[in-house]
Amino acid sequence: MSAPLGKDLLGLEQLTAEQINLVLDTALPLKEISERTIKKVPTLRGATIVNLFFEASTRTRISFEFAEKRMSADTVNVGAAGSSVSKGETLVDTARNLEAMRIDMVVIRHPASGAAQFLAERIESNVINAGDGTHEHPTQGLLDLLTLRDHFGTIAGKKVCLCGDVLHSRVARSNIWGLTKLGAEVAVCGPRSLLPNAIEEMGVKVFDRIETAIEWADALNVLRLQLERMHAGYIPSLREYNRVFGVTRERLDRAPRDVLILHPGPMNRGVEIDSDVADGPHSVILNQVTNGVAIRMAVLYLLSGNTPQLAEAAKGIA
Amino acid sequence: MSAHRDVLLKGGRLVDPSSKLDGIGDLLVRDGKIESVGGNIAAPADATVIDCTGQVVAPGFIDVHCHLREPGREDVETIATGARAAAAGGFTAVCAMPNTDPVTDNQAAVGFVLKQGKAAAAARVYPIGAISMGERGERLAEFGEMVGAGAIAVSDDGKPVVSAQLMRTALEYARTFGIPVADHCEDPTLAEGGAMNEGLVSARLGLKGIPSEAEEIMAIRDILLARRTGGHVHLCHMSTRGSVELIRWGKDRNIRVTAEVCPHHLSLTEAEVEGYDTHAKMNPPLRSADDVDALQQAVKDGTIDVIATDHAPHHYDEKEREFADAPNGIVGFETALAVNITWLVKPGIISLATLIDKMSCAPAKLFHLPGGTLRRGGAADVTVFDPAREWTVEPTRFFTKGRNTPYTGRTLTGLVACVLVDGRIVHTVKG
Repeated sequence: MSAPLGKDLLGLEQLTAEQINLVLDTALPLKEISERTIKKVPTLRGATIVNLFFEASTRTRISFEFAEKRMSADTVNVGAAGSSVSKGETLVDTARNLEAMRIDMVVIRHPASGAAQFLAERIESNVINAGDGTHEHPTQGLLDLLTLRDHFGTIAGKKVCLCGDVLHSRVARSNIWGLTKLGAEVAVCGPRSLLPNAIEEMGVKVFDRIETAIEWADALNVLRLQLERMHAGYIPSLREYNRVFGVTRERLDRAPRDVLILHPGPMNRGVEIDSDVADGPHSVILNQVTNGVAIRMAVLYLLSGNTPQLAEAAKGIA
Repeated sequence: MSAHRDVLLKGGRLVDPSSKLDGIGDLLVRDGKIESVGGNIAAPADATVIDCTGQVVAPGFIDVHCHLREPGREDVETIATGARAAAAGGFTAVCAMPNTDPVTDNQAAVGFVLKQGKAAAAARVYPIGAISMGERGERLAEFGEMVGAGAIAVSDDGKPVVSAQLMRTALEYARTFGIPVADHCEDPTLAEGGAMNEGLVSARLGLKGIPSEAEEIMAIRDILLARRTGGHVHLCHMSTRGSVELIRWGKDRNIRVTAEVCPHHLSLTEAEVEGYDTHAKMNPPLRSADDVDALQQAVKDGTIDVIATDHAPHHYDEKEREFADAPNGIVGFETALAVNITWLVKPGIISLATLIDKMSCAPAKLFHLPGGTLRRGGAADVTVFDPAREWTVEPTRFFTKGRNTPYTGRTLTGLVACVLVDGRIVHTVKG
């Protein structure tokens, strides 16, 4: 049968607004499963899923694993360290070997942009991109969209600003595609040395000052500033970054309206975001994490060839 | 050496910009030299007669920039397979870059390349010596001895000459021996970690970009140093509009700067990288449509002197991987002519004569090499090709060991029919 998302989920750039909404709509009823005492439905019983993580990850890997287990799939986790990858096996050989064991899906996290697509073109199993280099992180983008929609009721017309290291952020790219497709106004704010040169051509507004961004926005998605960026010379110091671009309570207090705060994690408290803000009343950072499991359940469900109409039914079967 | 049979090329269109020749006629080759050109020539006894009706007969192409990988990576290409592939592409001579393993940075290494080239008995192979020992950019290699052994130019290609002082000295020292210094223009600090052209596509794909300025900054540095020293700087594989403007600036001031461009930079854009196709990964990277346009115009107006392939074979497995980790480069010998005809001649940007000048006459002149002409008494290095014949690129049919090309499956126009080196037929296509 024809899968509503196609064979793979590689990025939000390739998806239509309808497909994105379909994932969000499918996730909604699935959310309830995680609230039960017995958090399990048999929807993916018999399906074998490999979580192939070539990069360190806590949140995303565990989120996928819960999503898979709550839908009764059989899962295996493979990390780069301690696997054949550390013996020099190529990505394509690793994948082909896994496939020879008759698996159904691969969830891949990889430091190289394009790695998920590379894999998807070479194996028959469904491939889910769990973050490829600085390219995309579609399930994070989707869970951010779901969180925004939960809060605002709709995404169209909302003003969302991505703050920080857009240049190296796969979360930023997935957000830009997802938000613009659903009709939000999108801006970015950060030091110009951490914004792609061609960023405006991607259809977003640029704010040089965080104060102006806060004044404009309905929601801020605060990106993680990696320590390596400072060592690579993109910014002079984390201290100055916090002073110039940090999302602080003082800055938010001056905003004309309440600004919703998202962060994909893991946070550097006191660098890109202050604890007052992260733990404050307008933060939906933990809602994002909760939604992450539901979004991943929805993606697994849709890619495995199930029709969206059955989503409601799926949660009913205990 | 025993003289081989005379070859009579009958009834082709003789096109030789070096002697302002363009017309139907015959060409007779004897003892490795062009014996007579033009008109109706009666076939001498025992001569091999080749019917060239409908074909162009041109001075053999000369590629001033290629990588033959031997010594070091004979699994990827050898001088023999490279020279054979070159002949199949209509090249009668190719200049091998020195970034082999070990680097061609001394007279013995130069002699090895020459020896292997002769043994290949296909296209002539001219060694280019390294500018610096080991291409490490620290100490000059021995230009004098390398030239004595047969090197025709020096270059640290694959890497830029980072030190301006070393480049200055190289230009001065090379002047002593009358050879060009060919530079790979790339500011390593700007290009570091880059995998493709910097722009919207790189931003979207999440690949680190290489800005045009990485090339242009080095290009203008080299041009200024050529002005200072009077040396001949040859800028390799130019890829941006800015570089073209800088070269024009230098030429307007009679600075001894010459420049080459590759067929892929004249035909393809960064859009080829979509889908993370590693066959579209090379250095310098494929640029924007505006850059392609500027380069095409620069070939037309003479700002760019020669078209060179930068033939760079890689092993299949090395290209079959994550984009950022794949090596740079594509093979070029066997598609060069057809790419140039398809993208430059067919659309009317340049004439066939201009193309032949860029691929044969100009490289011979700038690098002081035999050939590049159909004049009587010249070396009998001749390429016969059908300028209208269409064919589809199938890498499995290549003579090179490399299969890495972005042109797979494309239908191109212009097919090499017959190639003579030193009066001897080294390549023919039946039918």
